[in-house]
Amino acid sequence: MNEHQQTLWEFMQQQSDKLLTQTLQHIGLTFVSLFIAVLVGLPLGIFITRKKQFSGAVLGVAGVLQTVPSIALLGFMIPLLGIGAKPAIVALLLYALLPIIRNTFTGITGVDAAVKEAATAMGMSKWQVLFKVELPLAMPVIFAGIRTATVITVGVATLASYIAAGGLGEFIFGGISLNNTNMILAGAIPAALLAILFDFLLSRLQKINIKKLKTASATLPLLLLLLSSFYLLPSAYGSKLKAGFTPEFMGRQDGNLGLISKYELKIQTLVINDAVMYKAAYEKQLDVISGYSTDGRLKAYDLVVLDDDKKIFPPYYAAPIVRESSLKKFALLEKILNLLADKINDSTMTALNYKTDYLHQSPEQVAKDFLVASKLWKPARNGNDGTVRIGSKIFGEQYILASIYSMLIKGYTDYDVSTKTGLGGTKICFDALTNNQIDFYPEYTGTGLLAILQPSHKVVDSLTHSKDETYNYVQREFETKYNIKWLKPIGFNNAYALMMRKAQAKNFGIKTISDLKRFLDKK
Amino acid sequence: MIKVKHLSKNFGKVKAVDHISFEVKEHENLILLGTSGCGKTTTLKMINRLIEPSGGEIFIGGKNIFEQSPEILRRGIGYVLQNNGLFPHYTVAENIAVVPQLLKWDKKRTEKRVDELLEKLHLTKDYLHVYPNELSGGQQQRIGLARALVADPAVLLMDEPFGALDNVTRSKIHAEFKALDELKRKTIIMVTHDVQEAFELGDHICLMDKGKIIQDGTPAELLFKPKNDFVKEFLKEQRLLLEFKTITVKSIWHLLSNEEKTEPGPGILANYNDDLWRVLERATFSNAKRLHMMNLENKEVKTVTFETLTAAFYKYKKQQAHE
Repeated sequence: MNEHQQTLWEFMQQQSDKLLTQTLQHIGLTFVSLFIAVLVGLPLGIFITRKKQFSGAVLGVAGVLQTVPSIALLGFMIPLLGIGAKPAIVALLLYALLPIIRNTFTGITGVDAAVKEAATAMGMSKWQVLFKVELPLAMPVIFAGIRTATVITVGVATLASYIAAGGLGEFIFGGISLNNTNMILAGAIPAALLAILFDFLLSRLQKINIKKLKTASATLPLLLLLLSSFYLLPSAYGSKLKAGFTPEFMGRQDGNLGLISKYELKIQTLVINDAVMYKAAYEKQLDVISGYSTDGRLKAYDLVVLDDDKKIFPPYYAAPIVRESSLKKFALLEKILNLLADKINDSTMTALNYKTDYLHQSPEQVAKDFLVASKLWKPARNGNDGTVRIGSKIFGEQYILASIYSMLIKGYTDYDVSTKTGLGGTKICFDALTNNQIDFYPEYTGTGLLAILQPSHKVVDSLTHSKDETYNYVQREFETKYNIKWLKPIGFNNAYALMMRKAQAKNFGIKTISDLKRFLDKK
Repeated sequence: MIKVKHLSKNFGKVKAVDHISFEVKEHENLILLGTSGCGKTTTLKMINRLIEPSGGEIFIGGKNIFEQSPEILRRGIGYVLQNNGLFPHYTVAENIAVVPQLLKWDKKRTEKRVDELLEKLHLTKDYLHVYPNELSGGQQQRIGLARALVADPAVLLMDEPFGALDNVTRSKIHAEFKALDELKRKTIIMVTHDVQEAFELGDHICLMDKGKIIQDGTPAELLFKPKNDFVKEFLKEQRLLLEFKTITVKSIWHLLSNEEKTEPGPGILANYNDDLWRVLERATFSNAKRLHMMNLENKEVKTVTFETLTAAFYKYKKQQAHE
């Protein structure tokens, strides 16, 4: 990579293979789900027009399913169906059900009663009335429902990448994590275009002259089936072990790219969301995952970190990064935040994370216990001398840090605090900071270097072997480029790490990443 | 032809139809007349089992209809609805061909029959591939009638078939209806709330109220021998008109004296079987002073004036009342 800023077009050309695969996966995923949703929803919709007493219950359940947040729904699917295509398809089809059932019901009940009566009176059987009269006449309304479902599904399908089902979400969420706008757009633009395209095509189908309705009704299932088959096209190559990496890890030099270039690691890789990755490893859906070295789930799920013997993962020391303007506005802020400097080492952080991730204690509780134990705790003063806005990324450790900082500020100053926790990635957090929507958030030196500053390879290589050099470099650059100050590091190093189940690693004698490579290369 | 015995239908506690019995002879037109909610439509719909009765029996051509499958039964009964109930997604030709398709007729036979009906109903072939929403109300109703007649069923049920039409179109269709030879071979039960229509088209009227038949008789019987005050009251408003429409030249023939010699002048030929209303209408239209008419039974010819005709009409009415 040279210094030249890559354009979106260049990115898309460079990644055209992946883009095509992801687009096909996306289309496939959308239409497999849609096809099944039609297969389920249409008969169900017809059924409740016949047995009206069930209509409330069926529409109610479908409506509730619709309101379950998509990530949560995907999360529910993992214990039941594991990761990959199956749970994604089920989740997507559940989302698509409501509009299809509701419009089938509305469409059929909306057919003129006189026409239905005439059909019966002519001597048509119930099925003949349904297929010759009710369905054809309800078809425009049913099409409208399928159309709504399609657009919803194209959108929600981006989330399928969270559970290793592929699709354009891989680029979108990878890009958000990597602060790579080109990558986000390379996923988002095709996804939006797909939604618009399918909506347009279905709208044409919907407006089709009543005369051609019969042909239209016949082509739709075929079309759905054809598009569904796209999902089967990009078949994954197999390997002995299966890896699941976060979208962020996939695109990073200090992640999968480094694994490939420096270790020459060849492993079947799925893209998966951080929130479900550990569990998937625990449940043997995945063998190797890209985690964080301080993650509490490491302990909870009995995983072991593989030694990075070629040093591709740079140091990730955590420290709060603050807007210069905020430091001026809140004179006491720097001093208070530095109270935490060197207070939390790796094992302390893992233990804290374990409490939230595995014991399910609230981040506030964990933060308070920690402060009390370290004799830093002071009760809140409930002052109102301005409000400090704290941001955090969307994982447990950041929640804990945000809570600790919040308590420190409230206890030691008269500032009030508002927290904006759960910002979905480096890019979102950092943009919030530069756009003055938050005053500070905890960041990691490695992330600051590789995801935000993105200097040349040479610079990276010269820095990453040393904790202090990395810190000094990012501190200097942030100051001049963004007017953002790195305060003192908190102490722990939350670096990327490859991890495996303890038992499996022991079984195969894998301790380092090089061991892993050798194991994979053995025939 | 059609026999209805103790037919009832309850909707919850409401007795929509309450133990009614009537009979329709072959090729007869029976009118079920009454205000809305009197049970006439429910009665009609029980005859092709669109509504299953709560009790009673119905025989068509001697067969108990509840012993046949409803689909087979319905394919043998023509049905015409008030709002025509044409299938909006079918062309005129396809609409008419619904029953032949269900009966699995071959294409040629269906086409031939559709063409034949269109001609009889004064519609050109241009309409065959047109959709119902492109037709006028009168045309739609004709297609609805064609659809009911296409398989030449012996029985025709009509639920306020002309109710949605304007007056001009309606009287035009009435005239066609009476002239259509296809219909003369049918046993027809028609529901209407329009007294005039009932009297014009019915051989025989069942006046219904609150699920019961109040009087079952010919138009003349209803007019001149009302069973009770309800019947009288029901016919009160249009009484004179109905009387003129019910009494035919034939029925007052014996009261007419031949006045050929006393009143010279232009005249028209009045049909023996026409009702007086029609005769007077035609006479007024052509400004005729004299009416020539011939008894179709014995070929006797009479020429009368308006006054004689009116006098005979009143005399006839008086006789009926005293009979």
